[in-house]
Amino acid sequence: MSSPERHELQSYTAPKDVLDEFAAMAEEEDIDPFAETALKRQILQRGSDYQRKGAERAMERGNEAVRADPFAQGQEGEDTAGYRDAMRLQMLEREEERVRRAIAEKERKEKEEGKQAQEEDKTPPAELLALMRGGDKTPPRAGEAMDLDRTPPKAQVSGATTRRKRRWDLKDDEETAVESDSTAVNTGEWSDKALEEAAPPKKKRSRWDETPAEEKDVKLEEAAPAAAAAPPPKRSRWDQTPAGMPAPTAAGGLAQIIMPNYHALSEDKNNRYMSDEELDVLLPPSGYVIVTPPPGYERVAPPKNMSTPLGGFQIQEEGSAATAAIAAALGPEAPTEIPGVGNLAFFKPEDATYFSKILKEEDETEMTVEELKERKIMRLLLKIKNGTPPVRKTALRQITDKAREFGAGPLFDKILPLLMERTLEDQERHLLVKVIDRVLYKLDDLVRPYVHKILVVIEPLLIDEDYYARVEGREIISNLSKAAGLAHMISTMRPDIDHVDEYVRNTTARAFSVVASALGIPSLLPFLRAVCRSKKSWQARHTGIRIVQQIAIMMGCAVLPHLRNLVDCVAHGLEDDQQKVRTMTALALAALAEAAAPYGIESFDNVLKPLWIGIRQHRGKGLAAFLKAIGFIIPLMDPEYASYYTKEVTVILIREFQSSDEEMKKIVLKVVKQCAATEGVTPAYIKHDILPEFFKAFWVRRMALDKRNFKQVVETTVELAQKAGVSEIVGRIVNDLKDDSEPYRKMVMETITQVVAKLGASDIDEKLEEKLIDGIIYAFQEQTTEDQIMLDGFGTVVNALGVRVKKYLTQIVSTVLWRLNNKSAKVRQQAADLTTRLAVVIKQCGEDALLSKLGLVLFEQLGEEYPDTLGSIIAAEGAIANVVGMTHMNPPVKDLLPRMTPILRNRHEKVQEASINLIGRIADRGAEFVPAREWMRICFELLDLLKAHKKGIRRAAVNSFGYIAKSLGPQDVLQVLLTNLRVQERQSRVCSTVAIAIVAETCGPFTCIPAILNEYRTAELNVRTGCLKALSFVFEYVGPQSAFYVDSVVTMLEDALTDRDLVHRQTASTIVKHLALGVAGLGCEDSMMHLMNLVWPNCFETSPHVIGAVMDAIEAMRVSLGPGILLSYTLQGLFHPARKVREVYWRIYNALYLGAEDSMVPFYPDLSDLSDKRNTYDRHALQMFL
Amino acid sequence: MSSELRYTANTQLEHLHARYTGTGHADITKYDWITHQHRDTYASIVGHAPLLSYLALADGEATGRVKFEMTEKMLQPCGPPPKKEED
Repeated sequence: MSSPERHELQSYTAPKDVLDEFAAMAEEEDIDPFAETALKRQILQRGSDYQRKGAERAMERGNEAVRADPFAQGQEGEDTAGYRDAMRLQMLEREEERVRRAIAEKERKEKEEGKQAQEEDKTPPAELLALMRGGDKTPPRAGEAMDLDRTPPKAQVSGATTRRKRRWDLKDDEETAVESDSTAVNTGEWSDKALEEAAPPKKKRSRWDETPAEEKDVKLEEAAPAAAAAPPPKRSRWDQTPAGMPAPTAAGGLAQIIMPNYHALSEDKNNRYMSDEELDVLLPPSGYVIVTPPPGYERVAPPKNMSTPLGGFQIQEEGSAATAAIAAALGPEAPTEIPGVGNLAFFKPEDATYFSKILKEEDETEMTVEELKERKIMRLLLKIKNGTPPVRKTALRQITDKAREFGAGPLFDKILPLLMERTLEDQERHLLVKVIDRVLYKLDDLVRPYVHKILVVIEPLLIDEDYYARVEGREIISNLSKAAGLAHMISTMRPDIDHVDEYVRNTTARAFSVVASALGIPSLLPFLRAVCRSKKSWQARHTGIRIVQQIAIMMGCAVLPHLRNLVDCVAHGLEDDQQKVRTMTALALAALAEAAAPYGIESFDNVLKPLWIGIRQHRGKGLAAFLKAIGFIIPLMDPEYASYYTKEVTVILIREFQSSDEEMKKIVLKVVKQCAATEGVTPAYIKHDILPEFFKAFWVRRMALDKRNFKQVVETTVELAQKAGVSEIVGRIVNDLKDDSEPYRKMVMETITQVVAKLGASDIDEKLEEKLIDGIIYAFQEQTTEDQIMLDGFGTVVNALGVRVKKYLTQIVSTVLWRLNNKSAKVRQQAADLTTRLAVVIKQCGEDALLSKLGLVLFEQLGEEYPDTLGSIIAAEGAIANVVGMTHMNPPVKDLLPRMTPILRNRHEKVQEASINLIGRIADRGAEFVPAREWMRICFELLDLLKAHKKGIRRAAVNSFGYIAKSLGPQDVLQVLLTNLRVQERQSRVCSTVAIAIVAETCGPFTCIPAILNEYRTAELNVRTGCLKALSFVFEYVGPQSAFYVDSVVTMLEDALTDRDLVHRQTASTIVKHLALGVAGLGCEDSMMHLMNLVWPNCFETSPHVIGAVMDAIEAMRVSLGPGILLSYTLQGLFHPARKVREVYWRIYNALYLGAEDSMVPFYPDLSDLSDKRNTYDRHALQMFL
Repeated sequence: MSSELRYTANTQLEHLHARYTGTGHADITKYDWITHQHRDTYASIVGHAPLLSYLALADGEATGRVKFEMTEKMLQPCGPPPKKEED
């Protein structure tokens, strides 16, 4: 049913103002302020119509039977379907679609006739009315519901109607919830009859017949037909149990519908129903009668006694509509603790449907093994999906380890429905996909019967807008195809290749391309060839060709070895009867040529002619595709061919310049760009034949408005400039720098920037130069939106012109100075940013006076309050200091630095970065201009910067310590840093250790190591670890110099390596590693041997970082002690009776072996004693003597 | 491999090791291990020309012959593998 009829239907309602009033009233109660964001998180809500439609389709398809595994031995599944069934089913589906279309067509006709009738006679016959309302007379009800929910809610009806509709939906859910919730009170004035009286007249009611919730029912049935109960017989809403409703007021009509959120009340123990017992206590035994329910009243399923933590809310066994409704009413205050699962991060109402079985406490002793297994899987899945990271991690490990034990069936039966849930969010999907991935790996070929079901769920990921989702999807499908094998994959996906739904074909094609990349193109080629030539349906050919396209897009240059085969596969499609197939073929060829560039032109020989004829025959979309293909093939050609073909195609391109089709425009631009880039096309040709038309068609204001067009035009123009020259292009557009439209000015500026950056400014003559600078200054001053384009453009052009800007500098600098004092912070910021870019050029031009003037003005501006602007000002000051030098800097460094000290306290990242860069530079080049006391002050401030989030800031701060220590001498700085090891924050401590090491490196290790060793004696754990870390960095930085200090640190390392604390031993091992590598070959073997004896026992550690450090230390020992000694250590445990020991020793042996295979030969033990009759283990070659 | 290490970087180390011939593992037999040693020995001798000429001199054979014989011996340097115990 289409929307116009619904409009008609909606005209049977109360006056609009009444409705609005109710709407407003309803809005006041229970609005969830987070509802909107929650929706946004849901993948389905966010996707495009196409994706949503696909998801619906997936939900339908997900319910088909499990497919048989034809390769499995002796499996005659009764409930599994084979390839033949799949094909039959698919044919049925197609037939169904045809019939449905025919019906729709017929209805449309009838409706038209009906309209005519209506015009003739004002009162249409009743059936007709019902039909028009979309009532139950319409035959395919399920289909209708599908149509309804395929229409995205936003697009349905605009404005108030939509909003109203949603609210009713909600209300209904609540009501249903209430119904199933309440059984205690079901009589009295709330009876059917009373309500019937209160209900509005029949005519009005008909609108409510269509309870929106029923749509939901139908949807849910589709999702779970096995579980679905038949939809309840149609009743008016007013017939249903109306518990908890306020007394019907005189307002009548629609008034009663607005009820308090009853469910919320029932959750509250002060507001729930009284139980029979309680009533017995309260009421006198006589004088009251329990009224029998009126005839025709249907009791909603009685609630069982529940011991769930949900409190009075019930979960039904099957995932019926009622359960969903209850769950929906549950709201955000859902439980986060489930028996046997523990604490969860969150629990959505929808989860209750899937995990109902484990929400209750059940007696596990009575369950069968299967049931127990099922519950175990559910618990693990719930932990993975909703748990906190540690919980999730262990659960994921468990489910992976036990995957084969659980079996494919039970696992996927639980996982796949979860993935098809409407309200699925990114994180949940990611985790579930991860489960599938891990499980797949374990299950291997057991997965075969579920391949199709998994594909149905995973395929939509391939067209997801999120890159990572696409990658995940590819990963899964590739693993799946490796596990199931090519034959099985083909037989599984074959039926979908000519599916009626384009969405299914699209995703199938993508999935196939993933299979091709996983199992190799050659193995898939015969199949592809057959599909692309399919005579049965054009859809199959279309999909086959699309597979080739997707392969090319995904695999890139890896298609080259199979290029000819792939091109031949699709070539005949260019002359297909179906327009769509021809278009797709051209697109596939374009993709292949793009992937193959710049090789493989010979493979395209066969298709050149048809393509050529094609661009003359086609119009519109077909032509666009053909042009695209030509555009990608031309760059592969030899120069002379390329120039010939370019000339031929240009005629058509120029004709299509006028096209109003956006897609065509983009393709034309792309093709022009590609043609211009080819070698054979001459500059003269471009100047005379392409440029005039090109500028007329594309350099218009309209093109600047769309971001993608903007980009394309700029790219193409830059490409043309490569051939035509800077002055040709810049000359044409320079006047537009003063255009009225800002986006257009930006497009001009962007193009000039890129052209000048690529080709330089030497081509620009004096007149053009004048115009250019004038235009740029104008455009810079007139800009209203802040972005980088104007700034970059200014900087690039001025830098390219170099000394030629000298005569304009006074003008530019006065503009800058004026703008530095502007009222708006953004303008000041831009001026400062521009100064940063201009500094080098001003120096080049020898205008030092201007620089010092700028420097002074900027210095005065350091009191700036907007952090972004302040950051830019400091950066500009830094740039000036950089080009002028510390000695000539104006203001003098000794004034500038004290001014910077308080600014270092600014928390803004940009300010921090700019100031630390400036200070670091001063410390590096001009430390002597500043008194030592000031530097110490700065040292203390710098410690705070070690906490910065940005790595660049921390690195700059650490380096500054080095510079300062160099000029001041290490003692004081070192003291500051060592004291900082006592602070709480780990990051700050780590940075201090690095800084200590840098100080040691710049001032010589002998200045620092004694202090560090002394500090190590502190009883504080953090300090000691810090000292060890600092030493580790020191020895890493100083390398061979460490030979002088080995003996001094041995005793400390002895202590650290025998410490109880794991981290101590780990860090000490790292020190040993750096030491051993540093002193290799320098005659420190005795100390190394000693350290080796201390490190060795740690090889049994299991904590990953510790064992890593220990293994590294042992490997380093191989370098400094030689493999022979290491081998003799290793031999002790290679054949130890305990496996754990053997494993560790073999790991060390293998590392040793790979590092020094050859040099171990002389050290292998003599094993001749082991020889027996069969084998001799003597190494005779080594026993020879001369 | 112990289960604690299964999910850490050391797994990769283990896999990496297993890709090279001559590396061992906790369940290797003495025959396999010693065979690798012998092959390494021969390879080392063949690879180091001075060592090779030393052996040729000691054996009184041409270096080419010694080299050839060593290469031949690398096939089964310690004789045929021991019979598998019936289980």
